[in-house]
Amino acid sequence: MMALLSRDLRLAFRAGGGFGLGLAFFLLVAVLVPLGVGPEAQTLAKIAPGILWVGALLACLLSLDRIFALDFEDGSLDLLATAPIPLEAVVAIKALAHWLVTGLALTLVAPVLAVLMMLPAGGYVWLVASLALGTPALSVIGAFGAALTVGVKRGGLLLSLLVLPLYVPTLIFGAEVVKRGAMGMEVATPLLLLAGITAGSVALLPFASAAAIRVNLR
Amino acid sequence: MELVVTDLAVQRGGLTVLSLTYAAHADGLKAVLSVRENLEFWAAIHGVGGVREAMARMNLAELADRRAANLSAGQKRRLGLARLLVTGRPIWVLDEPTVSLDVASVALFAGVVRDHLASGGMALLATHIDLGLPEARVLDLAPFKAARPMVVAGGGFDDDSAGAFA
Repeated sequence: MMALLSRDLRLAFRAGGGFGLGLAFFLLVAVLVPLGVGPEAQTLAKIAPGILWVGALLACLLSLDRIFALDFEDGSLDLLATAPIPLEAVVAIKALAHWLVTGLALTLVAPVLAVLMMLPAGGYVWLVASLALGTPALSVIGAFGAALTVGVKRGGLLLSLLVLPLYVPTLIFGAEVVKRGAMGMEVATPLLLLAGITAGSVALLPFASAAAIRVNLR
Repeated sequence: MELVVTDLAVQRGGLTVLSLTYAAHADGLKAVLSVRENLEFWAAIHGVGGVREAMARMNLAELADRRAANLSAGQKRRLGLARLLVTGRPIWVLDEPTVSLDVASVALFAGVVRDHLASGGMALLATHIDLGLPEARVLDLAPFKAARPMVVAGGGFDDDSAGAFA
């Protein structure tokens, strides 16, 4: 399993991998929104939590179709499905690799980009906390969508449409945590709901994804 | 061949997928990984060693650090077949394993298959060329080829005048 994780990470960091893609997108959003909206600190501070979370979510979405499609095209997925590792573990590991490459990286750069968005000082801790808690759900839900569309040629559009509604609760509660944190209100309720979404999807969706892949490989 | 694999897996409950490995037109290679990295990955997944031996057997030792993207079609094929050696599986199901291999490589591969059989393994191959394995039992599919579209006289399922569905 470590071999699969290290292979996926290596593939992501080598030329043509998906590592820079999400980060570059996130950076573009954080740079362009202040230019488009205007430099008033008050306006920016108000929309910062939402924009940062939407940016992170869309950046995550960009690299989803790579999770299984590349392995499907070159035949590795068939071979992984007959390997001694259970397919559920393959899915979980690939989602973990996706999270390390996108979700974790986005979480780490978010405080830097939040400066551009004039996020109030109280929000920084909660921005990092909410992204760290919420992005694993994005990767696991995304892996489920990717598993459903794995055999579909040019399935990117279908994948986005399938996954976006599933992303909505994570987005709402994630942005709510940052908003409340920035205003100095208590954040426990949305934070716990966010953690619940992540825990539930991490526990259940690998099984659903593995079932979807079995159907698609038949 | 996929049909064969699925049928075997479904019909013989005792014969688990875990004793099989399958190689078809897609070699399951990653273009940005080197020959050695590709093989090491599959060896680690199957918990089997022998990467160096597998590379030596398929004449890939000199290419060990070359990225799979820079291999020729025949070299890629040899790498795909070297993967069989690091799975440690007794039954090989191979669909056209000799595609894009030259004569020397076909002979090399035939030797690998023969050694696999000698060590108690089994191989099921679909091929258009003679691998030179005298011990192989051949199922020649040519007589069963559908030479022209089959036209069934007397209509299809809607016609139950013959009492087929009576």
